[in-house]
Amino acid sequence: MDPVKGIDLAFWYILGISVILLFGITIVMIVFAIKYRRSKHPDPVDIRDNLNLEVVWTVIPTIIALTMFWVGWKSYIGLRDIPEDAIEIEVGGQMYSWIFIYPNDKETENELVVPFGKAIKLNIESWDVLHSFYIPSYRVKVDAVRGMKTYAWFNADRIGEFDILCTEYCGVDHAYMLAKLRIIPETEYLEWLEQEE
Amino acid sequence: MTTEHQSFYETPAPAGLTGIKAWLLTHDHKRLGLMYLWAVFFWLILALFLGLALRTELMSIGETIMSAEVYNATFTLHGVIMIFLFVIPAIPAIFGNFFLPIQIGADDVFFPRLNLFSWYLFMIGGFFAVIALFAGDGFPDTGWTFYVPFSVSTESNVSLTVTAAFILGMSSMLTGLNFVTTVHRMRVKGMGWMQIPLFTWSLYATAWVQILATPVVSITFVLIILERFLNIGLFDPDKGGDPLLYQHLFWMYSHPAVYIMILPGMGVISEIIPVFSRKAIFGYKGIVVSSMAIAIAGSLVWAHHMYTSGMSDVSVFVFSLLTFLVAIPTAVKVFSWISTMYKGSILMTPPLLLSLVFIYLFTVGGLTGLVLGAAGPDIHVHDTQFVVSHFHFTMFGGTGFAFFAALHFWWPKMFGIMYNFKRAYIGIILATIGFIFHYIPMFILGMQGMPRRYYDYLPQFETGNFLAGFGGYLVVAGVMMMFINLFLSFREKVEAAADPWGGTTLEWSIPSPPPVHNFIDEPVVKDYPYDFSEVIMRSKKEK
Repeated sequence: MDPVKGIDLAFWYILGISVILLFGITIVMIVFAIKYRRSKHPDPVDIRDNLNLEVVWTVIPTIIALTMFWVGWKSYIGLRDIPEDAIEIEVGGQMYSWIFIYPNDKETENELVVPFGKAIKLNIESWDVLHSFYIPSYRVKVDAVRGMKTYAWFNADRIGEFDILCTEYCGVDHAYMLAKLRIIPETEYLEWLEQEE
Repeated sequence: MTTEHQSFYETPAPAGLTGIKAWLLTHDHKRLGLMYLWAVFFWLILALFLGLALRTELMSIGETIMSAEVYNATFTLHGVIMIFLFVIPAIPAIFGNFFLPIQIGADDVFFPRLNLFSWYLFMIGGFFAVIALFAGDGFPDTGWTFYVPFSVSTESNVSLTVTAAFILGMSSMLTGLNFVTTVHRMRVKGMGWMQIPLFTWSLYATAWVQILATPVVSITFVLIILERFLNIGLFDPDKGGDPLLYQHLFWMYSHPAVYIMILPGMGVISEIIPVFSRKAIFGYKGIVVSSMAIAIAGSLVWAHHMYTSGMSDVSVFVFSLLTFLVAIPTAVKVFSWISTMYKGSILMTPPLLLSLVFIYLFTVGGLTGLVLGAAGPDIHVHDTQFVVSHFHFTMFGGTGFAFFAALHFWWPKMFGIMYNFKRAYIGIILATIGFIFHYIPMFILGMQGMPRRYYDYLPQFETGNFLAGFGGYLVVAGVMMMFINLFLSFREKVEAAADPWGGTTLEWSIPSPPPVHNFIDEPVVKDYPYDFSEVIMRSKKEK
């Protein structure tokens, strides 16, 4: 499955169950608070526990939680397994910009240009403090660490411009460490790649 | 209790101390609890307004009221104060000190002098944090997490601030040590482990985490200072160090610390709901076991803060799995609270309303935590506004509201006076509505991709930030209203009875405010701490 879809599916699966649970808990709480108010229900019933009920509400949430874990893990794997034909681009984070180095050693700052329809692998490293490379539209995020290579990949399946942000606080201009991802048709990309700056 | 007894306000301990000395040199756990109360009030209100300043800055694009440098220092200060001077100490240091000995029928904690020393450490730690603001090159701009290499390379006053956090850690650890010893050694005759009230149980579980986890962060803070001054190269990659090592060490404490923050709050709720339902807590043993389970399992999930850090996929798998398991005991507690209300005889009061709001807000916080615990979805929202919203739901909606609930629940016991209910309700409702307005937009902003610790943002995030800022004003107004109402009770002087609510734990069997040695007669321990049959009989007789 496409990683973006996988992550969104996991997200909504967990959030959906959560909303149902929250709704249930809140409704029951309000109903009890009204129904058993002291003026209408002066004599409380002495109930201290109920083993069966307690086992049920331990076991069922455990099963639900484990399914959530599994869905989340599967979607994570989607972000880690890279198609073999991916184009590799080197990414360097520095205070406060992103540098991209293409296979033919062309360099750009704060602009990542990739061909439509291709899988793109980004090899990420920091040149100073921690940064984190984030493309919200492709659900991709990984820290940039000095002295350690990390990677991310995405499938460039939409033509257009997308935001790239830094999500690891890196200093005074952290909020301005922005870049653009531009996905263009492959012919245009090849032309662009050969252009001198 | 017909005979007149002097309250602890009139009787200094040790005897003979007068005036301010009766407070500053006291060994009395109740006086120390109140001394923490005033200090914590100060820090909470300060940090609340710092938070409001941050959100005001974010209400429009570009510079609104402060520069980026000031903004970064402000969110660091907001985080450091809230975590180390409010959320961690608030409930254990104030209500734990005041009520833990009373709930187990003791006249004080096991180490009263150490208790006084902890208070001084707390004050010195706070003092250092203030000094760091004005000394050297200004307050750190690192965030409360002090991530390396940034915290090692920045020129701001990181060393002094981590020293402050180190001292505060000592204070917290010694309080934990005191509580564990007190619970083991000081219980009144006849009180076995299954007769201990749940608030004390939660403090006991918390205290173990304080003792075992705090040294890790203390050592880590020392290492940061060594790294800054001696360049030992533990964390700095240029010298062969590893920045991820720091993150592991930091979260090895700081994740268990979130349970230090929430467990006592859960304990408060476990006291309040039975009292106002006039019904035994549902599943006493289940709640005890879940407290201990949270303390143990919660210590093994720290690296779920690090899915994007570049650590191995195997680690992500393990920590994600463990994270989901820690959700179970939390769910058990929520179900038990709700079931306690079933067929109870429920009296609405400010502490109960606050507890119900706690359950709602904390459940939102817990459930969004599941999204963050899941490996894939976390990658998208990690370090975004979604996370900020999530942990404010747990820390503010959870611990914060439990703190407010504890204040309203035990205020008559601590001061012997009752506050105005109507004003309290207005404050609570305002704070709750404001809270939702404040933090729900942040969930959406996070899902749209707005990172946290952002001084400025892209145009698509403006509406959400404006709404959040608006909610921020409401929530602060509501909280201030609650506090002002409580302070007004000192002027209105409406006397509170020894047991205004109909409680079963020992603090309700003694006068309000309590006498210096807490108990006048030998405390009577119930076989089951939440047996309401006497309370029900008494209220029938009164009719």
